[in-house]
Amino acid sequence: MSEAEIYRLHVNGERRDVTDSWVGESLLDVLRDRLGLVGAKGACEQGECGSCSVIVDDELVCSCLVMAASAVGQRIVTVEGIAAPGTPSDVQQAFVDAGAVQCGFCTPGLIMAVHDLLDRTPAPTDTEIREELAGNVCRCTGYGRIIDAVQRVAVARTERAS
Amino acid sequence: MLAERDDVTLLAGGTDAMVEINDGHRRPQGPVVAVNRIPDLRSWRHDRAAGTLTIGACVTYTELMDPAIATLVPALAEASRTVGSPQIRNAGTLGGNLGTCSPAGDGLPVLAALDATVTLASRSGTRTMPVTEFMVGVKRTAIEPGELITEVTLPVVDGWQGYAKVGVRNAMVIAIASTCVVFDRAAQTVRVALGSVGPTILRCPDAEAHLASHVDWNTMSAAADDLDRFGTLVSDASRPITDHRSSAEYRRHAVGVLARRLAQRAATPAGPPGAPA
Ligand SMILES: Cc1cc2nc3c(=O)[nH]c(=O)nc-3n(C[C@H](O)[C@H](O)[C@H](O)COP(=O)(O)OP(=O)(O)OC[C@H]3O[C@@H](n4cnc5c(N)ncnc54)[C@H](O)[C@@H]3O)c2cc1C
Ligand code: FES
Ligand code: FES
Repeated sequence: MSEAEIYRLHVNGERRDVTDSWVGESLLDVLRDRLGLVGAKGACEQGECGSCSVIVDDELVCSCLVMAASAVGQRIVTVEGIAAPGTPSDVQQAFVDAGAVQCGFCTPGLIMAVHDLLDRTPAPTDTEIREELAGNVCRCTGYGRIIDAVQRVAVARTERAS
Repeated sequence: MLAERDDVTLLAGGTDAMVEINDGHRRPQGPVVAVNRIPDLRSWRHDRAAGTLTIGACVTYTELMDPAIATLVPALAEASRTVGSPQIRNAGTLGGNLGTCSPAGDGLPVLAALDATVTLASRSGTRTMPVTEFMVGVKRTAIEPGELITEVTLPVVDGWQGYAKVGVRNAMVIAIASTCVVFDRAAQTVRVALGSVGPTILRCPDAEAHLASHVDWNTMSAAADDLDRFGTLVSDASRPITDHRSSAEYRRHAVGVLARRLAQRAATPAGPPGAPA
């Protein structure tokens, strides 16, 4: 990859050309400022808060720590790609039902993290949920309702499967 | 490209490099090479005949926690589990930990305790050196311009091994003191390496020799007094500083306590009958 200010990313199943980026620009900034996908939020820009979480090639990562040009050829999924507008995913609906959204700033990152968590660990304990969500900071809820939301999805998915 | 230009920036998981770039401390001037997209650097192999495990520089902490690797080097998996958050462990690599060479790098005490070797490649060939020579000082390594870390090789050791760190809370913390202890049953040696208590990772030859000669290798036990002495010798070997995270005194105390606790898990205290362990 040489001076790659012009490249193509694969975001939410679509090819998106990035034409005006600088080398070293984070995926978070490219998603928000170049591609108009403002679901991922930026707060710390140093990997501490998780509000920028996206999935790159099936791995949950902080988009603020991904150099956008290095993600060429990888499958990027943002919160916008989780579900079609107006039809929330089970995790999104559970956050609403459990009252796990207050100011909502942390929510997009948490939705990504919870989808990833439940894909790997379908029936997590509360401790596992706390450990797995350690990279997602929420300053409003105190996490109780977030854990409740995760457990609701886990139970509903198990019931549906059986 | 690495060989032809000296303005190349190497990027693996970006969990150290992007923090600097986002902060404006570092702006890549020339091309950036995303080394973690090189499949060879993301693989690992177990050489049963040689009794070694070779780990590509771009293997992530999440991959190091996988049982396939964790059963061979449990201490490395334990150290990996303490790194950041799932997001950081999915991106952060062992090679990046070496490249940054922070005294608090969680992978580094394990590599030092196991006498790992680091292989560097450049256009003029490859060279391999002990990790303790690779780590020159605080965030200083033996990497020359045009060189790339390709892999790390460690022995698969028969015996208990573990890693522990202390920080200000339970998750998402940089170690203020850390310790790796390895018991090598075949060689009847004990190896100890310390993080965050010196400019780089420290080994503790006196503590290692003391405990090795006082462990009953048949029953895997040691007298409580000898475990205490071991902890003291580890504290003595540390060279901590006081900074915004902790005081030197606390760090010195903490590494001794961590080392004693780890050793006690491997060699159960066998004091005189009735004595508290
Ligand atoms: C929120 C957060 C929490 C963290 N918590 C911890 C923690 O608990 N413990 C811990 O040890 N670390 C922690 N870190 C630091 C970081 O995650 C680790 O040091 C990680 O191992 C860096 O790897 P990387 O692949 O992301 O490196 P990068 O950031 O990509 O690179 C780091 C440096 O190494 C160089 N480099 C990378 N690969 C190579 C190579 N193959 N050859 C030569 N040079 C190379 C790069 O040029 C750069 O200078 C944390 C970071 C963040 C952001
Ligand atoms: S903005 Fe990326 S982790 Fe905070
Ligand atoms: S709801 Fe406000 S930060 Fe989580």
